[in-house]
Order: sequence, then C-alpha cells, then structure tokens
Amino acid sequence: MKIQTIADLERLSRDYSAKLYYPERIKVNIGMASCGIGAGAQASYKRAVENLSDDKNIEICRTGCIGFCEEEPLVEVLSKGKPRVMYRHITEDKIIEAIEDYKNQEFKKKLVLGQMKDPRSILEDELENPQAHIPAIDGIPYLEEIPFYRQQVKVALRNCGYIDPEQIEEYIARGGYFAFLRSLGEMSSREIIATIKESGLRGRGGGGFPTGIKWETCAKHRGERYIICNADEGDPGAYMDRSVLEGDPHSVLEGMLIAGYAIGSKEGFIYVRHEYPLAVKRLITAIKQAESYGLLGDNIGGSDFSFRIKISTGAGAFVCGESTALMASLEGKVGRPRAKYVHTVEKGFRNMPSNLNNVETYSNVPVILLKGSKWYAGMGTQRSKGTKVFSLVGKVNNTGLVEVPMGISLREIVYDIGGGIPKKKEFKAVQTGGPSGGCIPERYLDLGVDFDELTKVGSIMGSGGMIVMDQDTCMVDVARYFLDFLKEESCGQCNPCREGIKQMLDILTDICLGKGKDGDIELLEELGAMIQKFSLCGLGTSAPNPVLTTIVYFRDEYEAHIRDKKCPAGVCKALFYYEIDKEKCTGCQVCARKCPQEAITGEKKKIHVLDQSKCIKCGICYEACKFDAVVVK
Amino acid sequence: MRETTALCTKPVIELDFMELDRIIDDEYSRDKENLIMILQAIQNTYNYLPKPTLAYLSEKTGVPLSQIYGVATFYKTFSLEPRGKNIIYVCLGTACHVRGGGKIMDRLKEILRIDTGETTEDMRFTLEGVRCIGCCSLGPVIKINEDIHSRISGDMVENILSKYA
Repeated sequence: MKIQTIADLERLSRDYSAKLYYPERIKVNIGMASCGIGAGAQASYKRAVENLSDDKNIEICRTGCIGFCEEEPLVEVLSKGKPRVMYRHITEDKIIEAIEDYKNQEFKKKLVLGQMKDPRSILEDELENPQAHIPAIDGIPYLEEIPFYRQQVKVALRNCGYIDPEQIEEYIARGGYFAFLRSLGEMSSREIIATIKESGLRGRGGGGFPTGIKWETCAKHRGERYIICNADEGDPGAYMDRSVLEGDPHSVLEGMLIAGYAIGSKEGFIYVRHEYPLAVKRLITAIKQAESYGLLGDNIGGSDFSFRIKISTGAGAFVCGESTALMASLEGKVGRPRAKYVHTVEKGFRNMPSNLNNVETYSNVPVILLKGSKWYAGMGTQRSKGTKVFSLVGKVNNTGLVEVPMGISLREIVYDIGGGIPKKKEFKAVQTGGPSGGCIPERYLDLGVDFDELTKVGSIMGSGGMIVMDQDTCMVDVARYFLDFLKEESCGQCNPCREGIKQMLDILTDICLGKGKDGDIELLEELGAMIQKFSLCGLGTSAPNPVLTTIVYFRDEYEAHIRDKKCPAGVCKALFYYEIDKEKCTGCQVCARKCPQEAITGEKKKIHVLDQSKCIKCGICYEACKFDAVVVK
Repeated sequence: MRETTALCTKPVIELDFMELDRIIDDEYSRDKENLIMILQAIQNTYNYLPKPTLAYLSEKTGVPLSQIYGVATFYKTFSLEPRGKNIIYVCLGTACHVRGGGKIMDRLKEILRIDTGETTEDMRFTLEGVRCIGCCSLGPVIKINEDIHSRISGDMVENILSKYA
C-alpha cells in the first residue's frame, strides 16, 4: 500500500493505535536497544519466546531504549483494561516470573519499577488517555512521578521505549509522518523554514547553530543540494543518538524528509558510526519500510517531490563528526577537515550545497511542525529553546537517558534525576561536552544547562554527554585520558593539534608517573592556549579544554602529583599504594580470595596483610572490600 | 600432548575473487564513494584486509592504491594484519574510564600477555581498545565479537574469556 494522503495515515494510525494501547492479549514490551541487550534483554526475550510462544494470550514484543538504563533490562507489560506496569532488572531468570506476576495482577514490589499514568506521545493530545479509567495499583508509584522521570519532557525521545522500531505502523500510530505529509501538502518551503527559525531550534550535535538559518542558507545556494544526517556520535560517554536511531529511526527519516522538501533536495545521507551495528540495521529496515509505503522514493504523496535516503557507515574516526571531514568520508576519502572559508551549506558533499544536522535535531523537527514554533519556544531558556537529551553516566546512581527542558540546573540533573553519587562517596565534578568540553566542579552545580551558560565556566553543553565523577576519579588522569584520546584521533594535518596535543600528553603522562616538574602546569597552559588559537578545525581548537578546566578547578590535584608525588584519588599507579586498615579489616577473606597475585594473606577473622612487593595495584581488593578496609595511601 | 603450531604461522589467504566481485560490483556498484563500506565488507570476509585485495580493489574501482592504503590506515576499524578468532573490544569511553575500564584493559593485557592492538600467538584473541560503544550506563563494558559484557570487574575477566574457544 502506498500512503498518498493524510486520510491514509489516519486509517493506519487508528488501526495500530488500538494495537498499541488496547491489546487484547497481554503485551510484553522488552527494551532491546544496545544497552538493554548488554544488560541481558536478548536472553530474556529468547526465554520468553521459547516458553510462551504457544500461549495465545501473550504477545512478546521488542521496543527501543526505555531510558532508565540503571534498571535494565526493563520490561513493560500491558493489556486492555489493565494497568501498564514497568518491571525492572528482568534478566532471563526473571522474565517468566514477571509475566506471571502481571497475569495474576500481583505486582510484587521487588519486580516492579512503576505503573504508567499516561502512555501517549506528545503528538497525541487529541487521543483519550488509554489509562484514564483504569484504577491505580495501590502502593506502586507512577513512573511519571518517580524522581528519574518526573522532570522529563520527551520530545526527541517521544517514541523510544513505546514502539517497535522495526514497525513503521507503530511510528505512524503515534503521530508519525503526519508532520511531513501535512507540510508537503499545505506549506511552502519558505513557511517550513520560517517555522523552524521561529522555534529557536539549535543544532543538537553540540555546535548549537540555529537550524532554521542553516536550512535557509543552504536553500539559497544553487546546484544539487544534499541533506545529511550526522549520526557519527563520537563523544565518548554520549549515546543519545544511538538510542534515537535504535528506538525511533523513523523520526530521523521524517525530519530529513521535511528538511529535504524545505531545502529542495532529492537525496539524503545518514553517516552512522560502525560501532552502532544495531542502529545501522534498524535504519536499513526503516528505510525499506518507508519506501514500501511510498514515503521515500519518487513523487511522494502524489506530489513532484522525490527523496531517497542512503546509509553510509563510518569506520572509527572521531574527527569525522566535524562537518567537512564527515563529507570527505562520505565521498569515500580520508576524513580530514578543511578550513571553512566556504561553508558546507554552499560547498559541501560533492562540492555542492549540503545541509548537515545531527540525529536529535532531525528528530525534533516533526514535533515542531505539528505543535508549532510557539509551543516549542515556550520551553527552555532565552537563547536555547526546547528540550535536550543527556546521557547521564559515570558515578551516579540513576544512569540513563534524560530529556529535560533546557535551563535545568546541573544539580537537579545529578541529584534529583540522577539520585546522587553511589556508595556515599563525594561528588567531584561533572564532565560535559566530551573531549571538547570540560570538568565542572561542585561550586557551579547550580548553573542552568544550555548552549551558552556552561561556556562561561570553560566547558560546553556539547552533544549531551554528562559523566559524573566522584572522589575516586583523578582529575589529572581524566585530563590525560582525553588528551590520549585526542592524540589518537587527531587527523594529523595541522601542526598545533598534531604536535601540540602530543607534547601536552607527554607532560601529563610524566606527571601521572611521578616525574612532574615545577613549571609543568604553566607549560600546559601555554601550550593549550597555542593549540586553541592556531588549530585548523574544532577538534583542535577545543582539544585543550579538558586540561585547562581541570587546571583551573583542580590545581591542588596537579600540585599533589607534581610536588608530593601523590595521587589522592588512587588512580595513577606510580603514585599510591593500597594498604589494609587494621581497624576496619574483619578478616572476611574476600580480598584474599580475589587477589590475582596472591598478595593478600590472612586467616579467617584475623587482620589481613598486603604484600607490597607482589601487589600490581589492579584494584580488585579495593572494589571487593565491603568494609572500606582497603585504603589508598 | 604436543601443541599444534600450525596456527602460529601467518595463515595463507586464498582470495575468493567471485566473492570480491560480488562485494565490489553487486553490493556496492563499483562506486568510489562506497570505498569505506567495501573495505568493511572485505574485512568482514577475511577478518582483516589482505594486501592483494586492496590491489584488486584499486584495479576495479580506479582509486589509486595509495589512496586506498590511506583510507585503510586512517580509520581505526581496519587492520592490515590478520586478527584473532575472537576480537575483544575494551570500551575506553569516558564513562567506562571513570568506572575502571583501564583496569579491565590492564587485566586483559596481563592474562593474554599482549598489548593493545596485538593478537595472541595462538590466534585466539585480538585485544583492541574502542572509544565508546554507547553502553555508557553499564560500564565498564567489553565487547567480544558481537557480545556485550556489562558491569564487569577485574576478577570476572578470566571467566568471561573462558567462554570463547
């Protein structure tokens, strides 16, 4: 069937909406994005299918990332006229138990994370809440009210965890492709661009360039124009785009279609990193399905607009997230950036006008067109509108993906949503913006997060990675880590970046090995300033940020490494040793059993001894001891 | 029992030109812009990029061998050396790093007695660092072939490796 009109969409939407919200059978949605699979969801799915495929009253389904990764594998169970319940930590040994629990409507607290109050997406205002007349389960919190979800507003992530990403009909059921078909039929290219401009949407990849202006400039230039999606999510610690691609690939296709129509393009490309094989697979499926419904291809919806999307995979190069490098890589070449005297909107891919946006940006576009620019601009801060997805990871209790209105403070993200630091340890810093960002200390936690605010303290919001660090994280080591990353990833064509980063890394490595000298900090600052000023592309000019911010905020740690030859956090192996605290050791033998070097000895219930000559500082004992008896000296 | 040494020497690769033609012509329509994906497909077939395949690719697509070599050495995925039967990717993303990914790497190096980027003598394992596989909330994470092992600690490593023959 080809979809030609809004009425076609409405018909499909109605049919599948019923299947999504009022399933006759018990519907089991297993969260199966890469993170869920990593936590064991694949095995749970397999077990459920093997055991229950004969049961006509149960339907086992797959869905994308449900967001609360700490509680993975997450499984949601629902059926017509009954509550929708989210079960947590459902590994293969618990999947049958969870489904039985739902069947019997028992809702054991050890299994249940919460019940859902309202499963509708942001595009389904006109639909009645399917859960409206279902009585709440006593003693089970609403998902929407637990701290992790309470402040979230799901725009880009509107379908992640709700639909089967490999079923286009489910995307349509939740309001998908309406924005595209409507704009195709009712709006001119100029009107679409004006709407995007008014919404204040800025590039979600980190650059923050106003999307509408980019579209407008690209549309002005003559020649074959290209729509490109940057899915080369290279920042370590960030996985928002992966989740969107794996959980809701059609939202990206729809955003690209709208951009294609507005800018006057016939061809789109998605450049996705090969480290995301599942995203590639689901994109391929999504494109095929959109083609079979006539939503991609020639004369879409009977109009004269034709558009195709091709996938191109990266091959492991961080620098290919930079626009000119990405386009070189798309052409099958080495991904080296060029100086941008002429912007890619004028001469980019194949030397033609090219519009490059990131995954999350495209995914926002359909919502803006349906709900209006005013609605979108009503969220966020004065200069950063809308919501932003963050991947909250590292030393924080509730790890996962969070989508919140811009302007929310770091403290709210780390403590309210994230639930603070595990094991009662002390917060030290939050790293934002990946290798181009910086580490923000406790005293700036009340800053609102948007494109401009974090730059004031030397970091950036970036693409949305947020890595929380605690007392066990050595800031000198973190700075060294980023430089090591950037040294590997520097494309090597300009001197300041290629040589400068290497020199800074050498100095930092010496400091971590206990060979630091007076004057090293100043030299790092001088080199950093030089690299910032003279590098060719954004990767180089921002490369010193992690070092420079840690020097500003954690200078005492640098000094401890250089002067006292100590690593206070116990990370730099040359600068600390482990010792067993005689007061705290209970003689439980756990550390002795786990030590791979047999360096720890001691009888049961007697204080253990650590033989320094055998210790390789692998840290296994430190992590294993429940009594904090292994200490860093 | 005598240990077999056959696997220790460099395996001789027999090129399947039909398969190469299928990849280059059918799957990627001999398009220069698909060079990176063609190389990925070749690597999927042979587990690395045998030099003769690059020469053949150059001949077929008209891309100079120097340029193909440039691409094959610029991008991290590609290996010009044969790799082990199982490839261990240790995630070295920031989130895994602060949760001890580096310690996992050290432990693997010790157990396997190889450095990053190297292959064990019996060709059983290749050890590689990877910059984030996007499972940041489950760190530290390692990926062996297609399997993701999450929330691992140093003392779990040996047990995990034993599952891969």
